[in-house]
Amino acid sequence: MTVNRHPPVTDFATDFDHTDPTWVNNPFPIWDELRATCPIAHSDRYGGTWLPVTHEHVSAIAYDTDNFTSRAVVVSEVRPGPLDLPAPIGVAPPITSDPPFHAMARRLLLPAFAPRKVDALEPFTRQLCNDLLDALEGKDIVDAAVEYAQHIPLRVIAKMLGFPTEDADYFRHVIHLILEEGITATEDDDERLVEGQALDAYFDNQIADHVANPRDDLTTFLLEAELDGNKLMHEHVRGTMLLILVAGIDTTWSAIGSALWHLAHNPEDLKRLAAEPDLMPFAIEEMLRAYAPVTMARLVAQDVEIGGCPMKEGDWVLLPFPAANRDPEFFDRADEVIIDREENRHAAFGLGIHRCLGSNLARMELRVAVEEWVKRFPNFELADPSAVTWAAGQVRGPRSIPVRLPG
Amino acid sequence: MRVHVDAEKCQGHNRCYSLAPELFDVDDLGNAVELNDGNVPEGLEHKARLAVANCPEYAITISE
Ligand code: SF4
Repeated sequence: MTVNRHPPVTDFATDFDHTDPTWVNNPFPIWDELRATCPIAHSDRYGGTWLPVTHEHVSAIAYDTDNFTSRAVVVSEVRPGPLDLPAPIGVAPPITSDPPFHAMARRLLLPAFAPRKVDALEPFTRQLCNDLLDALEGKDIVDAAVEYAQHIPLRVIAKMLGFPTEDADYFRHVIHLILEEGITATEDDDERLVEGQALDAYFDNQIADHVANPRDDLTTFLLEAELDGNKLMHEHVRGTMLLILVAGIDTTWSAIGSALWHLAHNPEDLKRLAAEPDLMPFAIEEMLRAYAPVTMARLVAQDVEIGGCPMKEGDWVLLPFPAANRDPEFFDRADEVIIDREENRHAAFGLGIHRCLGSNLARMELRVAVEEWVKRFPNFELADPSAVTWAAGQVRGPRSIPVRLPG
Repeated sequence: MRVHVDAEKCQGHNRCYSLAPELFDVDDLGNAVELNDGNVPEGLEHKARLAVANCPEYAITISE
């Protein structure tokens, strides 16, 4: 777990910090309390950050691409500087792009993540899950996050990009640095710079290899793609690779982990799911609602007032979709996990033009991972609830889930 | 009963397509389109309502 270099939070309404251990371990009571008392909180941390917690405000900001820019979507001490690619492209298009460039960059990638493309990866994913499960057979206590959940998106994304699956460990290291260390890094952090250069070099190698030997994967797709009749700029290709690694792995790992964690300590739900596989699609959406892993962020593009709060140009705004998903004004019994919930207009994949590009892929991985686990281990349980740890930062999910398998 | 997808609002969450593949299809970009002009065959009204109630973007409407 990341060492928290920030002083502890005593008042989340005026001084919140999403890396504070209280938030990391269980943010739901914080958001519930704020919803009732101060639905848009402010903190001076990270140079000034806002936190809306109702569905109404979160969606209003997600839809407002005029007043809020996506140039940076991970809150850190560092705001994008003059050396970073300026809006509307951003460092990792299209997630860091604004209109009008955003639509072009996104349109380019959408076909690669459309349902039919994703369906084609399902047999690979199912086989992968079964291989991982085979390795767990016969053990008494296993870590469902480390030994199962995390390997699934790592290998699926490596397969999609056409990178060697042996490099999965390296990706995990890079993602950890960006998502968990990056948030507390300062501008002149040498280690961060060196890591960034190494990653660029890794991408350059993969690009060179794919130029020499084109194949049916996402890297070749990016190299052959055209935007306005031109091939993509080299930085655009690298930025998109970075986006896919960072956005496609921790997030899905977290979603799979949270679902297994829930089932590991809710035996009635586990039993029902094992007995009634038809419930699976509803259960998956409910897990996504209740344990949405991703909190996005925006920078205020120009001074604007939201819900009476004066947001200033350059302020950060956290967009906690997981909090929107627990808003009792928007959902019936919002604080309960109801695995056969039929009406579930959740925002786990965001709202508006930045809807998670990989949502079809993530949903497929989550469904297959849970289906195969439940088929193999229809009764398992948390071995030690106090040993479960959670990721710090804007992607929330269990990083260790010791479970006992039936003997 | 008929269903209609507002292409301006649809962001390709694909909830409709997974809940009611009899009523919706998706194009190459992953955005939804109604099947058979949006006409909902008898017996599928519940699925049509489910699709409406699950679209995060409020992109689907029903007309009787
Ligand atoms: S559920 Fe809504 S946003 Fe998603 S594909 Fe269907 S119409 Fe589009």
